[in-house]
Amino acid sequence: MVPLSYYLVLSGILFACGVTGFLIKRNIITIFMSIELMLNGVNLSFVAFAAQWHALSGQVFVFFVMVVAAAESAVGLAIIIAIYRTRETLNVDRVNLLKL
Amino acid sequence: MTPNLHLWLIPVLPLIGAAINGLFGKRFSRQTVSAVALGFSGAALLLALWMAAQFASLTLPHVELLATWIRAGDFQVDFAFYLDQLSLVMLLVVTGVGFLIHIYSVGYMWEEGGFYRFFAYLNLFMFFMLTLVLASNYLLMFIGWEGVGLASYLLIGFWFTKDSAASAGKKAFIVNRIGDFGFLIALFLMIKHFGSLNFEQVFQSVSSMPAETAGAGLLTAIGLLLMLGAAGKSAQLPLYVWLPDAMEGPTPVSALIHAATMVTAGVYMVARSHVVFDRAPQALMVVAIVGTLTALFAATIGVCQTDIKKVLAYSTISQLGYMFMACGVAAYSAGIFHLMTHAFFKGLLFLAAGSVIHAVGGEQDMRRMGGLRRHIPWTFWTMTAATFAIAGFPPFAGFFSKDAILFRAYSSPYGSWVYWLIGVFTAFLTSFYMFRLWFLTFFGEYRGEMAAGEHVHLASGSRVAAAAPHEHVHTGIHESPKIMLIPLVILAVLSVCGGWVGSERFHKFLSPALHSGVTAYSPEQVAAATPAPEPKEQGGSETLLTGISVLAAASGLFLAWLLYQRRPQLPQEIAQAMGSFYEAVVHKYYVDEIYAAVFVKPLIDGSTRILWHGIDRDVIDATLNNSAEGAREVSDAMRHMQSGNLRSYAGWIAAGAALVIGYMIWMGTR
Repeated sequence: MVPLSYYLVLSGILFACGVTGFLIKRNIITIFMSIELMLNGVNLSFVAFAAQWHALSGQVFVFFVMVVAAAESAVGLAIIIAIYRTRETLNVDRVNLLKL
Repeated sequence: MTPNLHLWLIPVLPLIGAAINGLFGKRFSRQTVSAVALGFSGAALLLALWMAAQFASLTLPHVELLATWIRAGDFQVDFAFYLDQLSLVMLLVVTGVGFLIHIYSVGYMWEEGGFYRFFAYLNLFMFFMLTLVLASNYLLMFIGWEGVGLASYLLIGFWFTKDSAASAGKKAFIVNRIGDFGFLIALFLMIKHFGSLNFEQVFQSVSSMPAETAGAGLLTAIGLLLMLGAAGKSAQLPLYVWLPDAMEGPTPVSALIHAATMVTAGVYMVARSHVVFDRAPQALMVVAIVGTLTALFAATIGVCQTDIKKVLAYSTISQLGYMFMACGVAAYSAGIFHLMTHAFFKGLLFLAAGSVIHAVGGEQDMRRMGGLRRHIPWTFWTMTAATFAIAGFPPFAGFFSKDAILFRAYSSPYGSWVYWLIGVFTAFLTSFYMFRLWFLTFFGEYRGEMAAGEHVHLASGSRVAAAAPHEHVHTGIHESPKIMLIPLVILAVLSVCGGWVGSERFHKFLSPALHSGVTAYSPEQVAAATPAPEPKEQGGSETLLTGISVLAAASGLFLAWLLYQRRPQLPQEIAQAMGSFYEAVVHKYYVDEIYAAVFVKPLIDGSTRILWHGIDRDVIDATLNNSAEGAREVSDAMRHMQSGNLRSYAGWIAAGAALVIGYMIWMGTR
């Protein structure tokens, strides 16, 4: 059996990839994908713990996360389209009007 | 039987006039404003005359209670009015001279802006002044006292757009505060020791006290504090400095407030408090010395003034000094007699001076007048009457009152030949500077504009009053309108005849008020208690003294004629010969400068450096400003986090999350 630590390390790597992508990428779509990557990294840790401790609640949590993520992507993509329509760019560095 | 005279109506009538003109006068025509002002002050005069007619049937002092004002335990102060011989004299002087000056003002102020405002203030002054003289207790008197100060302030600063007028008003008010402080402390002492401020009760308590011949005590303290108040209001040394500046006000105001009535309030108050002073010989001596010195001091300054109103102002101070000299030797009736005649002739002098100023288009410098006798004969003749009156020529009014004062200064048990000598010398100076004014103004050739360059060195010291901006430009010298001349003529008649009652009869009339209720402190007691000079013989010496004072007046006239009519070059030569003393006199002995250096400047500097810069700015304001500044700077630093850049926000979140996780790990491993 694959030990828990392997899953957790993979989960950490996925999450770190997501954070890094979020921080360094400028394209909104890529950032959006990085968010999904972080969510799935967390999901992986959930199911790993659920399998380890034979507790179903972890599995259930993952379904919730996936549902919320799906809803979030729908809203997020809508926002992205709206931004593109008004600003004609997907570069987040140029979407910076909300500041002091 | 004491009928109810409704004394309260007398002060309230002018108050109604002031209220009507003050509140609605702006929309009235000038005619309506004058009708209201004259109507109400005239009504007060008629009422006062009616009361004088009733006077014989009254039991004196006649006290009328209008309402209770303050009641605290046993202490009670009422709105009550007090009529006796003394207040009757004051009442008639104030309403009579006041009404005449109201009439004059209609003519004098006709062309001015703020016509309704002027008359509202003038009526307000009448209200307060009548409250002052009719009050039956010291507190109500104090209300009037402060009120006339307020009216004086408002009227000195009547042309408030003129900087000098505004600051003269402030000066008068502030200097008066010093005197009022003394008055107030005296009132507190009375409350503490007599438990009342009513004249009757206070005098009752005082009369049971022994005279403080051995050492100063309570009565001396009260007396001195009252004198401080009187010195402020009546412009005596050392608080006289406001009166010359008060001449910035319109001339009728100078006549009414700063010559005839308000400034004599101090004399009235001292005479009213004679019961206290009679038992405090030291206080009385201070009154006499202050009065004598003021009379001399102001007269010497008056000699060198070139502004016609300033001469009269210093003359007023000097004459007030006479009145205090009289009070100081316990010759109150002589002081009040001089107060009355002075109100006539000094009121007239100011009104006539106003008429002169009016005639020459706002010029106040006597060196640019001259020869006006032919152009304004009415003014000339009335002014002549007043000049002879103030100089003390028989049979003019001033002769009788001044002679009474000088005689009493010599013969009173409190008196001394020193007072008399200074008094006579001052009479000489008075005569000299008044005739100097008379010659410079009315005789010789009209000097008009030409004189400006010729006497430059004379002008260096005294402020040459520029033509007041309010005066409309006249074409040619002309006599004043009838409405201004009628009061002049009436006052001239009074200046001539006002003294004919004679000081003896006047004294007899006043003596109940000045000795009633209490057992008088008899002259024998004083003579026994104080090192009195050897007894003076009465009959022969009085004629001699009178002769000497008339001689002094005549020599003043002669000297003025010599210097300003016969040999006009002589004054300059004398001035040069006198050197630094002349300079000092021209600069009014530098009193204003000394006060500025000793009191005003340290006060302003202290307030500026310590209270303003030190405490207010560097402590209170600094605390507030620095904390606000600190908050701003911190916020300024934090502001840069809000860059609007999505990825920097994400970075902050990530860093924060890392911090939280790090902290939890650190906590977990401990």
